[in-house]
Amino acid sequence: MTATTDTGIHIAGLSKRYGAGDTAVDALKDVNMSVTPGEVIGLVGPSGSGKTTLLKCLGAVIEPTRGQMTLGGEVIYDQGWKIPDLRTLRRDRIGFVFQAPYLIPFLDVTDNVALLPMLAGRPNGESRARALELLQALDVAHRARAQVSELSGGEQQRVSIARALANQPPVILADEPTAPLDSERALAVMRILNQMARQYQTAIIVVTHDEKIIPTFKRIYHIRDGRTVEEAGEGREIE
Amino acid sequence: MISLAGRDILHSWGKFVLTGFGLGLLIGVTLTMAGVYRGMVDDAKVLLTNSGADLWVVQKDTQGPYAESSSIKDDVYRQILGLSGVAQAANVTYLTMQVRNASRGGREERTMVVGFEPGQPGEPGYLMAGRRLVRSHYEAIADIGTGARLGDRLTIRRHEYEVVGLTRRMVSSGGDPMVFIPLKDAQEAQFLKDNDAVIADRARTAANPALNRPSVPGLLEAINASQSSNRNVNAVLVRVADGIAAESVARDIRRWKHLEAFTRAQMEDILIAKLIATAAKQIGMFLAILVIVSAAIVAFIIYTMTLGKIREIAVLKLIGTRNRTIASMILQQAMGLGLIGFVVGKIAATVWAPAFPKFVLLEPADAISGFMIVMVVCALASTLAIRAALKVDPAEAIGG
Repeated sequence: MTATTDTGIHIAGLSKRYGAGDTAVDALKDVNMSVTPGEVIGLVGPSGSGKTTLLKCLGAVIEPTRGQMTLGGEVIYDQGWKIPDLRTLRRDRIGFVFQAPYLIPFLDVTDNVALLPMLAGRPNGESRARALELLQALDVAHRARAQVSELSGGEQQRVSIARALANQPPVILADEPTAPLDSERALAVMRILNQMARQYQTAIIVVTHDEKIIPTFKRIYHIRDGRTVEEAGEGREIE
Repeated sequence: MISLAGRDILHSWGKFVLTGFGLGLLIGVTLTMAGVYRGMVDDAKVLLTNSGADLWVVQKDTQGPYAESSSIKDDVYRQILGLSGVAQAANVTYLTMQVRNASRGGREERTMVVGFEPGQPGEPGYLMAGRRLVRSHYEAIADIGTGARLGDRLTIRRHEYEVVGLTRRMVSSGGDPMVFIPLKDAQEAQFLKDNDAVIADRARTAANPALNRPSVPGLLEAINASQSSNRNVNAVLVRVADGIAAESVARDIRRWKHLEAFTRAQMEDILIAKLIATAAKQIGMFLAILVIVSAAIVAFIIYTMTLGKIREIAVLKLIGTRNRTIASMILQQAMGLGLIGFVVGKIAATVWAPAFPKFVLLEPADAISGFMIVMVVCALASTLAIRAALKVDPAEAIGG
C-alpha cells in the first residue's frame, strides 16, 4: 500500500522493530492510517499495544524500521527519513499535547504559547500576538499574563493545546490528553480539540483508552499487538 | 527570542539568590584571602617606604634587619657618612616584643619597637595627633593599631614611656604595629637585663680570676660597666644624595666597610620573595582549594537544578528547541549564579575586611581577576549539567 498525497497525515506499511535477532520485538506491524485536515481520530488500544511507539514514530522522535509517512502532502519517511532536520519538522509541522500539560513553569501563559513561533525565528511581537489569538480562541486569554502554577488543570491543558497550534502545524499528536480529567473536563477538552481541528484545519490524532471520550470520535483506529484496525466511531456530539 | 535562563532565574529568584548568597560568602572568603596576601605585600612595602631610606646597611652575611637578626656597632654610621654620595645615615633598632599599656589596664599588644634618632631616616613620616619626640628618653610615638592614645603610658622592659604622638600604617612586615622610641632607650631595651640577672652576672664575673685581678685595679668595674651597656644597633639607614645611584653606594659599602648593604629593590625582594613567601604559598594553596570547592558547589547546584527540569527539557527538545539554546540556558544560569555570588562576595569582603587584625588590601585588579575566574569556573562547572541535558531524549516527553 502507498500513502496518499493530499494534506493531513498518512502512513502506509509502517513497522517498528526494537532489538535484533532472537530478542527482537515488533512493536508496529504494517500500520496504515490516514487522517485528513480538520479531522479528529482516536487511536485506542490496551497498554503495550504499540500506541506510544506509533506516536513517537509519527512525532519523528524515533525512526520506524520501514514503511512510509506523508505529512501535509510531503513524504517525510520512506524507508528512511526524507527530512534532514527532524527538530525543525517537529517544531513547525507537528503539534504535541501531552497527558500532563508539561508547560514550561518559568514562562507565563503567553510566552509558553509564543515560544514555538519564537523558536521558529518569528519576531517576539508577532509570536505573542499569535499566542493571544490562540488563547482567545481557547477562552484563556484572561490568564495570558498568569504563571503556569496559577492555572487550574483544565486551563493548563487548554494552554498546552494553544501551544500545539502555535506554528499552525498540519497535525497534532495528543497523548492521552484527558487521562487526568473528570468526565466533564475530558469532554470539554475533546470539544476544544474538535473545534480547533475545524477552525485551523489541523489533523488531530488522540491516543487514548479513556472510555469517556471514545464515543466522540467519528473514526477510531484500534491498535493491538502492533497492528491497527480502522472502524467507524459513534461521532457523538459533545454538548 | 526570550531569555529562557533569565526567565528561569526570575521565576525562582529566591532559590537563586539564596544559593548565590551562599556561594558569595565563599567567594568573599576567597577575595579576602587574596586581600590578606596583598596586605602582607603592602605592609612590607609600607615598612620600607616609611623608613625613608635608600639603603639598608646590616651585619655582613645577613639579610637583616627584618628577615634576619643583624647587629652592628653604633659608630658605623659615621664611617658611612664619610662615603661619597651619602646624604644621611642613621642608626635604627628593631625589636618585636609584647608592650604593656599601663593606661589601658595593662593590656598587652604585640608590637615592633623601633629605636631611631629624631630628624633622621627611620623617623615616622607623619603624625595623626600629638607631636614628635623632643626629649631624649621615655617618650614614644605609637601606631594607632596598638590601641594607645595620647598620654598613655607604655611599659617597655623596665621603663615607662609616655605616648606623645600617634601615627598610622606603621607596621612591621608581620603586620605588628610599631612603637617608636629614642634610639638610646631602644638599645637599652634590647639588651637590658632584669636586676637579678645583672647581680648574677656581676657575681659570675667577680668569681672569674681572669677578670677579677687584684693586681689590676678598676678592671672588674670596667668589665661590669661594659656588660651593662649596649653599643649595637640593627641597621644603619642611608639616604643617598640626589642623582647618585643607590647601588653604587651599596657596592662601596660592601667593598670597603665589610658590611651588607641592600637597595630598596633588594630589600623588597627579601621581604616579599623570601620573608612572606611561605605565607604566600599557604594562601595560594588555600585559594586553589577554595576555587575547587566553589566549582564543585556550582557544578552540584546547576546539575541538581537541571535534573529537576528534565521533563521540561525533554518537552523543549520535542517542540524543536535547539541543543545550543538549552546549553546556553544552563550556561547562562551558571554564569548568573556566579555573578550573584561575585557581587555578594565582593560586598562581604569589603564589609568584613576592616575587621581583620592585619591589613587586608582588596585590589580592584584582584576583583576583576576574581570575577573572570568565577565566570570561567561557573562555565566549566555547568558542563556537567549541559552534558546531562543534551543526553535527554525528547521521546521522554511522550508516554508515561
